[in-house]
Amino acid sequence: MPTTLIAGRPIDVNDEGFLTAYDQWDEKLGAELAHLIGIEMTDAHWGPIRFLRADFPGRGETATLRRASTVGGFPIKELFELFPLKPAKKMAYIAGLPKPKGCV
Amino acid sequence: MKRLVILGGGTAGTMVANKLRASLPAHELHITVVDRDDAHHYQPGYLFMPFGIYNTSDIVRSRHRFLADGVDLVLTEIDRVDAAYKTVHLADGRTLGYDYLVIASGVAPRPDATPGMQGALWGNKIHEFYSLPGAQALTEAMRRFRGGRLVVHITEMPIKCPVAPMEFTFLADDWLRKHGIRERTDVTYVTPLDGAFTKPVASRELATALVDRQIALETDFAVEQIDNDTSELVSFDGRRIGFDLLVTVPLNMGADYVARSGLGDELNLVPCDQHTMVSLEHPDIYVLGDAGTLQTSKAGSVAHFAVDVFVHNFIDEFNGRPATHGFDGHANCFIESGNRKGMLLDFNYTTEPFTGNFPMPVVGPFKLLKETRLNHIGKLAFRWIYWNMLLPGRPIPMIPTAMSLAGKRVEQDVTPSGTGMPTAVAPSSPPPPPRPARPKLETKPLASARPAKPSAAPPQARPAPVAAASTRPAVDSTATDVLPTPIIPKF
Ligand SMILES: Cc1cc2nc3c(=O)[nH]c(=O)nc-3n(C[C@H](O)[C@H](O)[C@H](O)COP(=O)(O)OP(=O)(O)OC[C@H]3O[C@@H](n4cnc5c(N)ncnc54)[C@H](O)[C@@H]3O)c2cc1C
Repeated sequence: MPTTLIAGRPIDVNDEGFLTAYDQWDEKLGAELAHLIGIEMTDAHWGPIRFLRADFPGRGETATLRRASTVGGFPIKELFELFPLKPAKKMAYIAGLPKPKGCV
Repeated sequence: MKRLVILGGGTAGTMVANKLRASLPAHELHITVVDRDDAHHYQPGYLFMPFGIYNTSDIVRSRHRFLADGVDLVLTEIDRVDAAYKTVHLADGRTLGYDYLVIASGVAPRPDATPGMQGALWGNKIHEFYSLPGAQALTEAMRRFRGGRLVVHITEMPIKCPVAPMEFTFLADDWLRKHGIRERTDVTYVTPLDGAFTKPVASRELATALVDRQIALETDFAVEQIDNDTSELVSFDGRRIGFDLLVTVPLNMGADYVARSGLGDELNLVPCDQHTMVSLEHPDIYVLGDAGTLQTSKAGSVAHFAVDVFVHNFIDEFNGRPATHGFDGHANCFIESGNRKGMLLDFNYTTEPFTGNFPMPVVGPFKLLKETRLNHIGKLAFRWIYWNMLLPGRPIPMIPTAMSLAGKRVEQDVTPSGTGMPTAVAPSSPPPPPRPARPKLETKPLASARPAKPSAAPPQARPAPVAAASTRPAVDSTATDVLPTPIIPKF
């Protein structure tokens, strides 16, 4: 697993670029990750990202869009507007969490 | 005498009841199975009905005939579990107290969860085959079909038997050819996944199989609604796919009583340990079959392997010995590919499906991820095995509980890289760690694959906004070899 410099800090990522250590993330880093994929964070963006961060430790899995919508209260349509095209994957990337599993 | 109550008398519940009855005498353990009716369906058979290969009588058997003597069967709807008082409330007003509870109530299709699915076109141009009435109605629709746009669609993952929609597509292609209307039909496979299947090697092999059959593949499709006026699937990102016949797999969800009992997540699945199937919240509740959150396929074969592990552990703990078995996520699925051929997938939590021979290197006799006649025969034999070996709790010949790498052509470079998160809980196996002895009923499971979870909020309410994540400062990586520029994923 590689380590890369992001926002001036050494960060562990996987081969695809997703963070691998929950503890290395903070909101400043999240904003930089968003910037790297062309998203400028607003309050509307932070809501679901904070939900994903808070939801992860207890479950060990990144929340799906359905979970973000039914448990977190963020309508899926809105998530598509905030994080266009691949919201689940983009949100996970920005939140420094594993890519949601396609399920098996 | 202790009391075990099993909720659901389907594949998993029946196996658990029979295996435990064979191992523990009735005066030590009283076993009750609850199900809403006495009709046990061989669900894999639904797939074959629309093509006239099986009919209803091949698929439905009386539930009680498959339960061993000495197991009580209660036929009524489950209303609610009161985990604090170890009581199950039934819809007819009766209650059942328990010392141990097995939740084996599976998942069911929920067409009502997608706007427009059950609109004017439901049962007419829109069909499903994940229930018996659905498969029966689709049988008629296939007979009437004269060509046009056939769209096979998965609403959302996870679904039980994730290969079934692909199998339906292959069988439909074959069936259309035999009926001389393949030329007049466009077939499209629409999936919320980013490829034909979840795992890279299987995805590649299956995508090739689609291309060979001139079946279009539409990926990353998150359905928002079905437009009944224009007969189109509409995605959240605005894509529209028109159909003359839509065969969809509706959202799959666990039973509503799970939600009413406060035991489930947003899909009414009961969070459980990846290796022991113990509920993460209640150490006296076990979750088997499709009803839980194991990160492997929801399939009869998985239920079978997991039940094996559970039964070993349960008997050991019942007799005061430490439980030592751990489930590795083993799944073994035949994929019907049409023209009387089939493929085979064999994988677990950590090993994705590869090509190769199964169960033995070189001689097979089954070929992994390749279309062969023998794999098709294996698939058809599964019905016999299901009724005669699986449900009664006998071992399946040649197929071990734990997955084996023997015969598999392991491809290193394609292993999905997006799953690592050391602090978290991507299931690690094989072999899973033995679980220390757990004093009965009093304590939390000791070796949970996940920490106890804080939330499984009831799905209805819009909760309070989430506070900013912890203020604890982020730590830097301690690695010395640091790449100067970030790796940006492809989206
Ligand atoms: C089309 C299709 C094809 C498939 N093909 C394959 C295949 O090829 N290979 C394979 O291994 N698997 C296959 N499967 C999956 C397999 O059928 C399931 O994984 C398996 O049946 C799961 O067993 P289970 O015991 O968890 O749930 P089920 O067998 O579904 O049993 C759940 C039981 O709980 C009962 N129940 C639920 N809620 C209540 C309630 N409130 N009150 C009372 N009773 C209740 C239900 O009546 C049911 O009997 C397929 C499934 C489908 C739909």
